[in-house]
Amino acid sequence: MDIFIQQLINGVTLGSVYAVVALGYTMVYGIIQLINFAHGEVVMIGAMVAFSVITALAPGGWPPLMVVAAGTIVAIPVCMAIGYGLERIAYRPLRNAPRLAPLISAIGMSIILQHLALLVWSRNFIAFPQIIKSEPYHIGGAIITNVQIAIIATSVAMMAGLALMVYRTRLGTAMRATAQNPQVAGLMGVDINRIIAVTFLIAAALAAVAGVMVGSYYGIAHYQMGSLLGLKAFSAAVLGGIGNLPGAMLGGVLLGVVEALGAGYIGDFTNNWFGSNYQDVFAFIVLIAVLVFRPTGLLGERVGDRT
Amino acid sequence: MKHSKLALTLIAAAIGVIGCGEEKKPEPPKVEAPKPPPPPPSIEIKIGSVAPLTGGIAHLGKDNENGVRLAVDEANAAKIKIDGKDAKFVMMGEDDQADPKVGTTVAQKLVDAKVAGVVGHLNSGTSIPASSIYNGAGIPVISGSATNPKLTEQGFKVQFRVVGRDDQQGPAIASYLATNAKPRVVAVIDDATAYGEGLANEVEKTLTAAKIKVLPREKGTDKTTDWKAVLTKLKGKRPDAIFYGGMDATGGPLMKQGRELGIKAVFAFGDGACTDEMSKLAGDAAEGLLCSQAGIPVKAASQKFLDAYKKAFNVDPILYAPFTYDAANMLIDAMKRADSADPAKYLPELAKLSFTGATGKIEFDDKGDRKDAEMTIFTMKGGKIEPIAIIKGGNSMTVDEYLKMAAPAVPAEAPKPAAEPARDEAKK
Amino acid sequence: MKGRNPALIWVGAGLVAIALLALPFALAQAGTAWVRITNFAILYVLLALGLNIVVGFAGLLDLGYIAFYALGAYVYALLASPHFNLHLPFWLTLPFGALVACLFGVLLGAPTLKLRGDYLAIVTLGFGEIIRIFLNNLARPVNITNGPQGVSRIDPFRLGGFDFGKSETLFGLAFSAPIKYYYFLLAVMIVVIITTIRLQNSRIGRAWEAVREDETAARAMGIDTTSIKLLAFAIGASFGGLAGGMFSAIQGFISPESFVLVESIMVVSMVVLGGMGNVWGVILGAVLLSFAPEVLRYTVEPVQKSLFGRSLVEPEVIRMLLFGLAMVLIMRFRPAGLLPSAVRKRELAERKE
Repeated sequence: MDIFIQQLINGVTLGSVYAVVALGYTMVYGIIQLINFAHGEVVMIGAMVAFSVITALAPGGWPPLMVVAAGTIVAIPVCMAIGYGLERIAYRPLRNAPRLAPLISAIGMSIILQHLALLVWSRNFIAFPQIIKSEPYHIGGAIITNVQIAIIATSVAMMAGLALMVYRTRLGTAMRATAQNPQVAGLMGVDINRIIAVTFLIAAALAAVAGVMVGSYYGIAHYQMGSLLGLKAFSAAVLGGIGNLPGAMLGGVLLGVVEALGAGYIGDFTNNWFGSNYQDVFAFIVLIAVLVFRPTGLLGERVGDRT
Repeated sequence: MKHSKLALTLIAAAIGVIGCGEEKKPEPPKVEAPKPPPPPPSIEIKIGSVAPLTGGIAHLGKDNENGVRLAVDEANAAKIKIDGKDAKFVMMGEDDQADPKVGTTVAQKLVDAKVAGVVGHLNSGTSIPASSIYNGAGIPVISGSATNPKLTEQGFKVQFRVVGRDDQQGPAIASYLATNAKPRVVAVIDDATAYGEGLANEVEKTLTAAKIKVLPREKGTDKTTDWKAVLTKLKGKRPDAIFYGGMDATGGPLMKQGRELGIKAVFAFGDGACTDEMSKLAGDAAEGLLCSQAGIPVKAASQKFLDAYKKAFNVDPILYAPFTYDAANMLIDAMKRADSADPAKYLPELAKLSFTGATGKIEFDDKGDRKDAEMTIFTMKGGKIEPIAIIKGGNSMTVDEYLKMAAPAVPAEAPKPAAEPARDEAKK
Repeated sequence: MKGRNPALIWVGAGLVAIALLALPFALAQAGTAWVRITNFAILYVLLALGLNIVVGFAGLLDLGYIAFYALGAYVYALLASPHFNLHLPFWLTLPFGALVACLFGVLLGAPTLKLRGDYLAIVTLGFGEIIRIFLNNLARPVNITNGPQGVSRIDPFRLGGFDFGKSETLFGLAFSAPIKYYYFLLAVMIVVIITTIRLQNSRIGRAWEAVREDETAARAMGIDTTSIKLLAFAIGASFGGLAGGMFSAIQGFISPESFVLVESIMVVSMVVLGGMGNVWGVILGAVLLSFAPEVLRYTVEPVQKSLFGRSLVEPEVIRMLLFGLAMVLIMRFRPAGLLPSAVRKRELAERKE
C-alpha cells in the first residue's frame, strides 16, 4: 500500500509539471484554435535562463529559495518576450492561413529556438547547482520531499490565479469573448490582437515557471528538453479537453499518475511479459481510449474542427 | 500580392544558392588556419571524424571530434614525413546527427572526398550501416565509442575499435560488483538504446551465471529524467544493487531520485555514466557509485593528453575523447610505418600495430577489436571518480598493483606538446 | 490539359525522362554521396505522397505516419536477413510489407473515425509512438525485432544473378549500388505518382475532397464516409510500407531510432510546405526538405570562410538555423505551400475578402 501511495505522489508531482505546461497549450488553443508547437521550447528557455541566474547567484550565500525566486523572476520576462515574438512572427501573419501552416512555422521556430539555445548554453547537458537540500517527509511508508510539495503547491496556485484572472477580470472576459467568437468580440470593442498577444504572454510566463520547476526538480537542462515535455503536456491538454483550463490541469495530473502507475504495475500485472518499457504505450492507450469514448477529451465540449 | 512577389524572389534566391552550392561540389578542402608557405613536396592527408554534432548527444559528439582534432594538430606540429613528403593532416569533421540514414550519407561523403581513414562514428546505430560503405571503399575506420559487438562481427577488414565491447565491459563491472558488493538481489535498468540495453544484457548474463538473482528488467528512455515510478517499484523488491545501462544525463537523476526515495542499494553504471558529471547531476547522492570504463584510467596513462586537451579546447574531455584521440593517432602511426597514406598499403600495418596511447596499450585482434582490453572500475569519492581496480583477463587488481605489474611502458607515440594552432572552430 | 499540344507534352516528357535517366551519372561526378542523398529524397517523395493522400486529399492530420514506414522496413528486414535466417526474395517481401502497413493503417483508422482535427492528430501521434516502442522492446521475452540493437546484414535486392548491392560495369558505365537503387526507386516513384494522380481524379478522389471540405455534407450526398476515410488510411499506409521495405534494403541495417516522431513531423512538413493536395507540390516539398540540409552541409562552411575568413558559428548549427528559418519564411509568404492545390488557392482567395 505504501508503494501505491508513493506512486501516486510521484505521479502527481510529475503531473503538476505537465499541467502547468498544458495550461499554456490550452490557453493558446482556446483562443485561436492553434497548437503552439513551440511552447515546449519556451519552457526550455525558461529553464536555461533560470540556470544561468541560479549559477551566478548560488555562490553568493543567499537563501536558496531567494536564488530560485530570482531565477524565476528573470526567466519570466525573457520567456514572455519569446512568446510575444513567436506570436508576431509565426502566428499572427498566418491567422487566416490554412490550419496546418502555423503548425509548420511553429516547428520552424522550435528548430530555431533550440539551436539558438545551443549557441548560448552549449550542447551539453547542464547540471543545475544543487542548492536546495531535499528534505524527506514520511507519509505512512511513502516519502514526499519539500521540492515535490513546492511543485504541487506552485502549480495549484498558478491554476487558481489563472482561473481568477479568466473568470473574474475584464481581461478574462475579453479573452473568453475572443475565444467564443473573435469577429463578434471585435465588434464589441475587444482589441483582438492585443488579447491574443496577452494570451501568448501569459502562456509564456507559465512556461517560464514550468521551466524553473523542471530544472530545479530534476537538476538538469538541455537544449532539446522542450520537445518531449511539450509533447507530453500537449497530450495532457488533449486528454483533459483542449481549450479548457480545468481540463488541462486534470489531464496533466492524470497523465502523470497514469505514467507512474504504468511504470509501477504493468510488469506485475502481465507477469513481466511487459514492463516499465511500455509505460508510454500504456499512457497513449489510456489517451486513445478516453478520446474514443469522449472525442473531445474529459472536460472538453467544443468540437475543434477547422481543418 | 506584394508578399507573394517577395516570396518568389526569396525562393528564386534560395534556388540560386542551392544551385551554386551544387556546382561548387568538388569542395575546397577545409583549410586549417593560416597556411604556411608550401614547401615544394607536400602531401595532404584527410582524416574523417564522424559524430553527432547536433541533437541529444551533441556534446559527446563534439568531445569525440575534439579528440581527433587534437591528434591531427599534434601530428601537423610534429612535421611528419610520409613517402618523403611533408604530410599535412586535415580533419574533416562530419555531423551524422546520430541518425543511421545521415550516417551512411556522410560516410559516402567522406569516401567521395577520398579520406585516408575515418575515426567514428560515435553510436553503434550509425557505425554499423556506415561500416559497409567504408568497407566497399577499403577505407580503414576506427570507432572510439561504438560498443555494440555486432560492429566488428560483420567480417569487415577495415573496421576497428579501440573501446571495449559491451560483452567485455559488462562482465567486468558485473563480476566486480558480484565479488565486492556481494549482492543477493540485483535490479538491472537500461535506457532502451542499443548501447544501454546491450550493456545491461551482458551484465545480467554475468550476474545470472554467478547465481545472483536478477529482477525483471526495468527500462526508461535516453531522455527519461523522472525515474521515481521505476525506482519506487524496485524499492518494494529490495535489491542490494542496481545496475543502469545508460548515459550520465539520465543516470544522474536516476541515482539522485533513488537516494531521495531512501534506496540504500549500491549503484553501478557503465562507461556512459562514468564521468565526473555524475556528481554535478546527482550531488552528494552520487557518492559511492561504482562504474567501469574500457582501457586503463586516462589519468594513469596520460596526464599529457589531459593537459593538451584542456589547453587546446579550454574544457576537460567528457568521455570518449581519449579513445578517438588514440584512434586518430593509430591511423597516423600506421601511415608512418607504411610510409604511405594509401589505405590499401597502411591497412596491414594498422591491423598489426601495437600502440600505447592515452587509454593504455592497444592491439587489435582478428576482428578488429581491442585485444585483451583492460577495464577499469571507478568509484565516486568527494565528487570525482577515482580508479579502484583494473580488470585484465578476468583478474581484478588495484591500480598500484597494475602499474607495478605492467613495466612502466614508455609510450611509443609520446604525444608531443601541441603547438598552438588557430582554434577558432573549437570555440563555441 | 485540353488546350495543349499533345506533341509538345510528349517532347517535354521525353526530355524529363532523359534527364532523370542521366541524373545519377551527373550526380556521381560530384560524388556518390549525392546519388545516395537523391535516393533518400525519392524515399521521402514516396512517404510524402502517401501522407498526402491522408492529409492532403482526405484532410485527416496524421502525425504518426512514420509508423507505416517502420512496419514496411521491419517486415522486409525480418524476412530477408540472418536474424530469422529467412532470405525471401524482395518481390515477395516488398509487397508483403506494404500489405502489413496497409492493415495497420485500417487498424489505426477504425477507432479514430469519430475524431476530428487536433484530437485525431494526437491519437495518430500516439499510434506512431506505440509502434516504435513495440519495435524497440519486442526483444524479450521472445526476440522478434532484436530491440534497440536493430536488424543488421539485411539482404539487398537480388533478381537472379543481378545484385543491387554490388557495383558493376554495364555498357561501359559504372553502376554503383546507389545508382542501381536509384533506377529501381525511380520506377516505383513513377508508378506511385501515376497511381496517385489517377486516384485524385477518380470517384474516390472526389469523395475524399468532399469529406475534407465538409464531412456532414459529404455523408448527406450519400458518400460512405467511414470506408472512404479508411481507404485513405490504407492506401497512404501502404505507400509508407513500400518505402520502408526499400529503405531497409538500401541501408542494410535498421533500428527503431530511424522511425522517431521527428521523422513523422518531417514528412508532414514536406506535404504542407510543398502544398497539401497538390501532387507536384508535395514532391517539390519532399525534394526540397531532403536536399536542403545536405546542400547546406556542403555550402555553409565554405561560404562562411569566404565571408569572414573563418567559421564564426559551427556549420551544423547554422544549417539547422537556416532550415528552421526557411520553414517559417515559406509559410509566412506561401501559407498554402509552394505549389498550392487549386482548392486551397480558391479558399485563400475567399478568406482574404
